[in-house]
Amino acid sequence: MNLLSPEITALAYLLAAVFFILALKGLSSPKSARGGNLLGALGAVIGLAVVFLSNEINNIGLILGVIGVGAIISVPAARMVQMTQMPQLVALFNGVGGGAAAVVALLELIHADSLGYLIAVAFTVFVGSVSFSGSVITFLKLQELMTSRPVTFPGQQFVMGGVVLVALVMAYLVITDGAMNWAVALMILGLATGVLVVLPVGGADVPIVISLLNALTGLAVAASGLVLGNTLLLVGGTLVGASGTILTLEMAKAMGRSVSNIIFGAFKGGSTAGSTEVSDRPVRSGSAEDVAILLGYANKVIIVPGYGLAVAQAQHTIAELRTALESKGIEVDFAIHPVAGRMPGHMNVLLAEANVPYEALLEMDEVNPQFKNADVALVVGANDVVNPAAKTTQGSPIYGMPILDAGEAQQVVFLKRSMRPGFAGIENDLLYEPNTTLLFGDAKESLTKVLTAVKAL
Amino acid sequence: MDSITLLTFFVLSVFVGFEVVSKVSSTLHTPLMSGANAIHGIILVGAIIVAGQAEDPFTLGLALFAVLLATVNLVGGFVVTDRMLEMFSGKKKPVKEEAK
Repeated sequence: MNLLSPEITALAYLLAAVFFILALKGLSSPKSARGGNLLGALGAVIGLAVVFLSNEINNIGLILGVIGVGAIISVPAARMVQMTQMPQLVALFNGVGGGAAAVVALLELIHADSLGYLIAVAFTVFVGSVSFSGSVITFLKLQELMTSRPVTFPGQQFVMGGVVLVALVMAYLVITDGAMNWAVALMILGLATGVLVVLPVGGADVPIVISLLNALTGLAVAASGLVLGNTLLLVGGTLVGASGTILTLEMAKAMGRSVSNIIFGAFKGGSTAGSTEVSDRPVRSGSAEDVAILLGYANKVIIVPGYGLAVAQAQHTIAELRTALESKGIEVDFAIHPVAGRMPGHMNVLLAEANVPYEALLEMDEVNPQFKNADVALVVGANDVVNPAAKTTQGSPIYGMPILDAGEAQQVVFLKRSMRPGFAGIENDLLYEPNTTLLFGDAKESLTKVLTAVKAL
Repeated sequence: MDSITLLTFFVLSVFVGFEVVSKVSSTLHTPLMSGANAIHGIILVGAIIVAGQAEDPFTLGLALFAVLLATVNLVGGFVVTDRMLEMFSGKKKPVKEEAK
């Protein structure tokens, strides 16, 4: 239907783009975040309404039917996913967006007539495919359907270099010749590139890669906006590309990593390969009762939750422990490292789900000066984020990463599965300090025992 | 639309994108990434245009596939982001819910 004049269409797209900007702006602050997300959805609804009203759209019934199917698939997935599995769902959603952009550009190739459009088509087909296959690999890694360790094989950099080189040739052929065959080949090479780029990335770095692929999908969508001459796609995609780039850099900074090291680290042998060596230095391990006594007679306890807590689904148990301790008049706060959990901010979401009030979640800069006044630092399923090697051992893979100063508390209690080092694969000297107590076991089981013992005090 | 206008849109959007997310607290990195992820689901608009202009069954089939992928990205993205953010806002009432 051509119900809307080009002027009205342009104005409506402008309105939708403004909503996207307000959405990103809103998402940057806790109070306005939810409203921001809704504004983004409103922008998308406007965009969709306009496209149906301003273009000659055939097959409208089929299109609406497929949209319905997509919604039926995605809404339950988004609503029912475990909060701990959310990062991989976001990765998957990102990947399918990239795939959609690649297919759209591929089909638009026949309409592309000028050099600029052909370049945009080649770019979208390649980058969208990279994003799709790369996201699928990150999904497999996070879902633990494949190893989360870096996957490398001899000559990997040559294979990678070869694939990219051939892809460049294909892109050149698409641009000069415009034949569909070259574009399909470019798509396949893009898929291969995505797999090759993500395979060597270690588990701890995957979130940064998701963010990077997210930015790439944004750019692919922007380029498809150029192909279709659609300003909303151009502006929306570019916004995500630009903000996603900043976000990727911020996340890398928070984790003390550099983006190029993550992408090319394993090729150079410097990624977080990790060792599984177990040291035989003496440690002091205690029982759940010992830990309960330490906690029950403290005035101030700071809990450092980590990835292990998320894996054990122990967020509700730790929230209960906090309530039990608070009822004894003990001050309990959570120290949230920027990368606690699987993604920056993931731990906040998990604890908020368990009804821990937002005020009890302290960020690193806020909480670090408080450790020296704390009687007990309770470290649950975290390791690298409290490892003093980040400050003291130059040349350590985590050197320079900001850490939580848990070691400054009077007593440090670690709830750990085993003595195995964390993601970064380096020993944590804090475990061997005289004021450190270790309680081995699954985070949830250990916490339940400690909780029972605290209640019995 | 001519290329210069599109280029103008592109360059200005880059700056706006940089500007709106700078200095965001790490607490919000995940929801922000997820929200941005949902926004690029707007590729659905492109998929609809291509499907609406498809002239042969093969093109239509591929275009409808793109419509499906883009819908999952757009709808799923906004819903999952909302669910994350719901956790941040609803603090007081869920305490009672837990008693049931």
